[in-house]
Formats: sequence, C-alpha cells, structure tokens
Amino acid sequence: MTESAVPARKRPWQTARVVAIESLSPRIKGFHFALPDTPTFVAGQHIDVRLVAPDGYEAQRSYSIASAPEHAERIELAIERLDDGEVSSFFHDVVQVGDEIELRGPLGGHFVWSVRDGGPVLLIGGGSGVVPLMSMVRHRAAQASTVPVTLVTSGRTAADLIYLDELRRLDANGDGFTLKARVTREAATASDLGAGRIDRPLLESVLNEMTEPSFIFVCGSNPFVGTVADLLLDLGLAPGRIRTERYGG
Amino acid sequence: MATRGFSGKGLPPAGQNRLPPGQYTTHDFPVLSAGPTPRVALDTWRFTLRVGPKPVKQWTWEEFNRLPMTGVTRDIHCVTKWSKYDTAWEGVLVDDILADAGLEAPTPWVLAHSFDDYTTNVPFADLAGGRGMVALRYAGQPIDADHGGPARLLVPHLYFWKSAKWVNGLQFTQRDEAGFWELRGYHMYGDPWREQRYSGD
Ligand SMILES: Cc1cc2nc3c(=O)[nH]c(=O)nc-3n(C[C@H](O)[C@H](O)[C@H](O)COP(=O)(O)OP(=O)(O)OC[C@H]3O[C@@H](n4cnc5c(N)ncnc54)[C@H](O)[C@@H]3O)c2cc1C
Repeated sequence: MTESAVPARKRPWQTARVVAIESLSPRIKGFHFALPDTPTFVAGQHIDVRLVAPDGYEAQRSYSIASAPEHAERIELAIERLDDGEVSSFFHDVVQVGDEIELRGPLGGHFVWSVRDGGPVLLIGGGSGVVPLMSMVRHRAAQASTVPVTLVTSGRTAADLIYLDELRRLDANGDGFTLKARVTREAATASDLGAGRIDRPLLESVLNEMTEPSFIFVCGSNPFVGTVADLLLDLGLAPGRIRTERYGG
Repeated sequence: MATRGFSGKGLPPAGQNRLPPGQYTTHDFPVLSAGPTPRVALDTWRFTLRVGPKPVKQWTWEEFNRLPMTGVTRDIHCVTKWSKYDTAWEGVLVDDILADAGLEAPTPWVLAHSFDDYTTNVPFADLAGGRGMVALRYAGQPIDADHGGPARLLVPHLYFWKSAKWVNGLQFTQRDEAGFWELRGYHMYGDPWREQRYSGD
C-alpha cells in the first residue's frame, strides 16, 4: 500500500489572521485563516494551534484541516465546542474575524490520502471527525477525480451533520462519490438520510455496495473510532487498510 | 505574541513545573493509535529479542511473566498534548530482559516492534539503567488492549508514542532506524522537555 510522502522539514510557528467564521452545526464552527506563507499539505493533515497568555502561559491543540490542498491560501479548521474545553470554548466564545492566531503545520503523515493513492476509499467520520475526511473529498473534487469514495457519517439530527449540503451536491454529481448520512435522534427527514447509528448492518450494506476498499479512514472521538474499527475487523477487513485518527488521543 | 483575549490558567510557580512545554494535564487516559486495536491472544503471544535480523531469545507469555517484575510510577506525556501524572506500571525492565538472554547491548540503537507491525526507535541508553520496561500491568490490572495490552513498552521520559503498544520484540540495529511515526514526520528522539514533537523541532 502506498502512502503519500510527507517531507520532513521544520514547521515554525506563524501568525495567521482569522478571515471568516461560520456556524457549521450547533456545536461546530468553521474558522478560515489567511497564512503568511501558503503551505503545501496533503488532505488529512492537521495544524497545531497555540494560544498565549500575557504571562507566557500557553495552550496548544491539534486541529485537522477541512479545506482542500488546492486552496491552501486559506486554511479552514472546524472546531467543536467542548463545554469546559480550554481551547475549543475560547475559539467559540472569544475569537473574532481579524484576530491573529499562532499556527504551525501541516503535520501528521499517516492519516493522509491523495488521488494518486487511488481507491476505492471508505471514509467514516463522527461529528468533527468528518473534518479531515472533508479535505480528502474536496481534494478529490478539485482534481476532478473519479476514484470511488464513500463517506459514512452519523449525527443526532441533520443540523448536526457538518458540510451536509456540500456533500449532497458532490454525491449528486454521480462521479463516484457516495454519501451515506444517518441521523440518530430524529426521523429521517430528507430522502437520503436514513435513521440510525453507524452499526454493523449499515457498514455491511455500505461494503456490499462498493468494491472492497483499499483505504479506510476512521476519525472522531475515541469511543467512536474504537467501535467502528472493531466492527470493520469483525467484518473481515484487513487491519493494515484501516487508518484511524482519535480526537480524544 | 499574546493571543487577544486569552488569559490562560496561569503559570505554575518557578521550579515546580512537572508539565513540559505545550502540554496540559488530563485525568482521563486518552488513546492514540494509527489503526484498529489488534487482537492479541496470550497463548500465541511471543516476545523476541533480536540483534539485526537474528533472534537471540524468545519468550512465551508464561516465561516472560517469570522474569523479575518492577513497579514504577511516572508522569507520561503524549505528543497530542496531554500529560498524565503518576501513572503506575509493573513490568520487566529492559535490563532484566537482556540479563535473562545473557546479552550485552551490541549496538547503541534499538527498534521496538509490535503485533500491528508498528515500530519505534529508542536509543539503548534510554532503555537501560531502569529507564525502560516492557509493562504488563497498569494501575494494578492487566493493561487494556486499547492501551497496549497485553504488553507495551514504557519509556516515560520520552513522548508516549515511543512507548510502543502491543510490543512483541526489541531489535538492536546498526544505525538509528526511523520507526512508524518517525517516518511520518515525528521526531527521531522525542524529548517532551525540549518539545521534540515533529522532525525539525
Ligand atoms: C490530530 C488531531 C486532530 C484533531 N482535529 C480536530 C478537529 O478537526 N476538530 C475538533 O473539534 N477537534 C479536533 N481535535 C481535538 C482537539 O485537539 C482538542 O482536543 C479539542 O478541541 C479539545 O480541546 P479543549 O482545549 O477545548 O478541551 P480541554 O480543555 O483539553 O478538555 C478536554 C477534556 O475535557 C473534557 N471535556 C470537557 N468538556 C467536554 C465535553 N463537552 N464533552 C466531552 N468531554 C469534555 C474531556 O474529558 C477532555 O479530556 C483533534 C485532535 C487531534 C489529536
């Protein structure tokens, strides 16, 4: 199996300006940054963010890049609010357009995919775990690739599913991208949203509908990733094809 | 550069800081891994000591559990920024593994191997003298599979990815060979106090 090579070089901190903030769901906001140096990155990579207090105290966290590598002049992060979360609640409550935030990256060389790696690809994300998968899907669209990619996601309600409209449009293109979105807390309101969580029957039907995936990416909270990865092993998929990113990790 | 509107939790008093730069403390035990948790059965579990490609000694689970056990309590630091204080482990010191095999370190470099084909490099000096062990118990219990059980390497003074989960062998190498994360942009040594997270740091 190939892996998109990520060159090893120094990643200094740079000061990025917040150029737009949007609400993606009741708990998740998108933050768009303009960076002084346009980075080169591979879909799936993350950025480290550093907040610094006047006394020198620092808090650092990692956030996956949601935007496509083709549009690296503006980097989009999508941050889920954790109620007592030091950094995520600062982003939700304090950060405004025009603020300067220290970032470095791109970072991480395992949870990455590019159209050159080929497919088929199965992407499974829970909540903000869709973020790095979105970068992969956007990269595929920007490259006008026809590599078969299926994205499976589930949320409480349709409003909790980030990027839903964009994903639906991409699915409607009929170029090999398929969206399987499910909702757990409301009746399936839209024709393509079934009810239910990501469980064994759903994954079985997704796998039946696609050629056996060469790459599987699973991202989200630690319990989500653990459950999904175990289901995939139960369904007989080779562990070496499954890559995970755990946000509680 | 101070971030507008960020006051932070305040710096710890000088000289009393247990927290390496850029880290925060957690009481949970988060999980980091590149893939699914492998299913490792104790009856087929083996631990192999190698010099280059050559196996020097192999232990079954029972044999390994008869080696001298040592307990340590240490702070651990994950490259994803969390640190956890006072984690209690029990296992076999790398010193005792080598002694049982009657081996003196033949090279200064070690590559740890795991059941999921994960590898990570650690200089021998960082494993010797009681600094590294193969841990079999955490907080008085067998280690959960999610946290690397049945056995994981423990090198607590380096970032925690060096403490390879599901470890199944140590290999002496002729040079400092990059392991799994080290080939994917992470630092070759990984000292949290020097914030050696990524290659180039
Ligand atoms: C490689 C990587 C990529 C990541 N990408 C993203 C991303 O794209 N988007 C994203 O939102 N996050 C992402 N994360 C997670 C992110 O780095 C932070 O861990 C997260 O934002 C929480 O940080 P915090 O400072 O807000 O919370 P902290 O102050 O660090 O608190 C987190 C802790 O608080 C507890 N906690 C507090 N409130 C809650 C709550 N409401 N629910 C559950 N637990 C709670 C939990 O026990 C948790 O351990 C990523 C993490 C990694 C490692």
